[in-house]
Amino acid sequence: MKIVVLVKQVPDTEWERKLEPATGLLDRLTGENVADEINERALEVALRYKDSHKGTEVVVLSMGPASTTKALRKALSMGADSAVHILDDALAGADVGWTAEVLAAALKDSSFDLVIAGNESTDGRGGVVPAMVAEHLGLPFLGSLNSAEISEQSVSGERRGEVGTLTAHASLPAVVSVTERSAEARFANFKGIMMAKRKPLATVSLRDLGVDPAALAGTGRSVVMTASQRPARTAGKKIIDEGNAGIELAEFLVAGRLI
Amino acid sequence: MSNVLVFIEISSTGKISNTAPALLAAAAKLGTPVAVVATAPGAGAGLTDELGALGAARIYVGESDAVGTLLVSPQLEALSAAAAALEPAAVLVSNSVDGREVAARLAVRTRGGLIADAVDVRSDDGKIIATHSAFGGAYTVESTVEAGLPILTIRQGAIEDQASPAAPEVTTVSLAVDAHNSAVIDEVNDPVVDSERPELRGAAKVVSGGRGLGSKEKFVLVEQLADALGAAVGASRAAVDAGYVPQTSQVGQTGVTVSPQLYVALGISGAIQHRAGMQTAKTIVAINKDADAPIFDVADFGIVGDVFTVVPQLIDAIEARAN
Repeated sequence: MKIVVLVKQVPDTEWERKLEPATGLLDRLTGENVADEINERALEVALRYKDSHKGTEVVVLSMGPASTTKALRKALSMGADSAVHILDDALAGADVGWTAEVLAAALKDSSFDLVIAGNESTDGRGGVVPAMVAEHLGLPFLGSLNSAEISEQSVSGERRGEVGTLTAHASLPAVVSVTERSAEARFANFKGIMMAKRKPLATVSLRDLGVDPAALAGTGRSVVMTASQRPARTAGKKIIDEGNAGIELAEFLVAGRLI
Repeated sequence: MSNVLVFIEISSTGKISNTAPALLAAAAKLGTPVAVVATAPGAGAGLTDELGALGAARIYVGESDAVGTLLVSPQLEALSAAAAALEPAAVLVSNSVDGREVAARLAVRTRGGLIADAVDVRSDDGKIIATHSAFGGAYTVESTVEAGLPILTIRQGAIEDQASPAAPEVTTVSLAVDAHNSAVIDEVNDPVVDSERPELRGAAKVVSGGRGLGSKEKFVLVEQLADALGAAVGASRAAVDAGYVPQTSQVGQTGVTVSPQLYVALGISGAIQHRAGMQTAKTIVAINKDADAPIFDVADFGIVGDVFTVVPQLIDAIEARAN
């Protein structure tokens, strides 16, 4: 079994995240850039299968700027076998459509059985790239899985819905995405961190993938026109309850016509 | 005016999704709203009156036996067929679990441009422009599509308008759905919906509870205040992880994003990930034992105190006022 896990480097949600006002693109210099937490859960789903099925190969794949290497090394230290980093200046400003097309090009000839992604990134929150990749590859897509059971022939699990859940399955090869309920990610131990340094991390360009940047430009792309920061919220009145706070709050709500 | 396709989601019990009114209203601002649905053969006729009342000028019904058994594929085929037949200027889809997948796959098929999670949309000289609320509302971003068919997913609860009623003409086609490339639904587990309480997304008032409530039993306090205020019930990720409430109630970075008139946070510390899902609320009230809880940094009215004494007193005051 060969499982490819999609990884995205995002700004850490513990810090203030910024957009460049002129371009609307992500400011990657502020705060810390990390592998998205949801990707670590996706990787955990793959690693749990690998733990109980020897001979399973787990590859992590990411498209992003040079700093993305850090996120891929983290995934290798958690237990992935190898990493592929798609790095190309022509991809600056790539939207979800371009990203999916390039990821699909990298997956096309990799003879995988299963692709696992997070259901949505914490930065863009688009939640569309995994399904787009599946469509490019002509494969079944099983998205937003709260749980994933992998077998030789198929993948199944509980899918999150708007009001409830449903259970579904797809035959392999397939693409799935998992939610934050799927698996608690393991920590990389010292041995894993040392071993990660010797694991293969391939850097590939669009040319290596046989993708013509000019052809990409023919695909509809969404672009940012303007980005403006909203003023930060400020704290209002704060009281310590001395037995009357509920009444005071009711008065506040009445004054604001909220009750 | 050019056609604007609206993907209408139908529940497992055959009901039109509550996202339909806002989507049709948004479509009416851009052109002629065309409702696209996928149904079992013969089941589309019952939807005509309701979709017309919501402003659909035309209804495109794709029929397939695979509705309810193949995951999202019949819906995708219905929208693909409508896009091929009606030369739309744009396609609007809810930013729901199903909607996002339909939009994503349609964008690849049509080589269109996909805009995800718009909170508003307008047409400027024939160009479709979407507004986004990025990083939990810290930024307002406008985007458009450079080339190809614009396909937009619209955040649930973000648009409150409703289109004028229309008398729709109905087109019904039979869909060919390829089971080979589709995931298969085994079982649907939709809970019986509590219709008394407003839904979290798009609610005017929200009362959320956190880990500070202490247990699933004690979380009832959140529901009691919500009912006294006519509010929806939300929760922090910590409360969901502790099993107090289902995941669908989670407000925050990885849950539902809300923008209500009033947001009441009970026993929620206010981690940055929670604030990302509620800080665009008009008025924020927080009650927490910990005077240093970060939720107080964004609260218009903060109370350092025990939710189990303050909230019952508040409920009494609300009820006394109502009487």
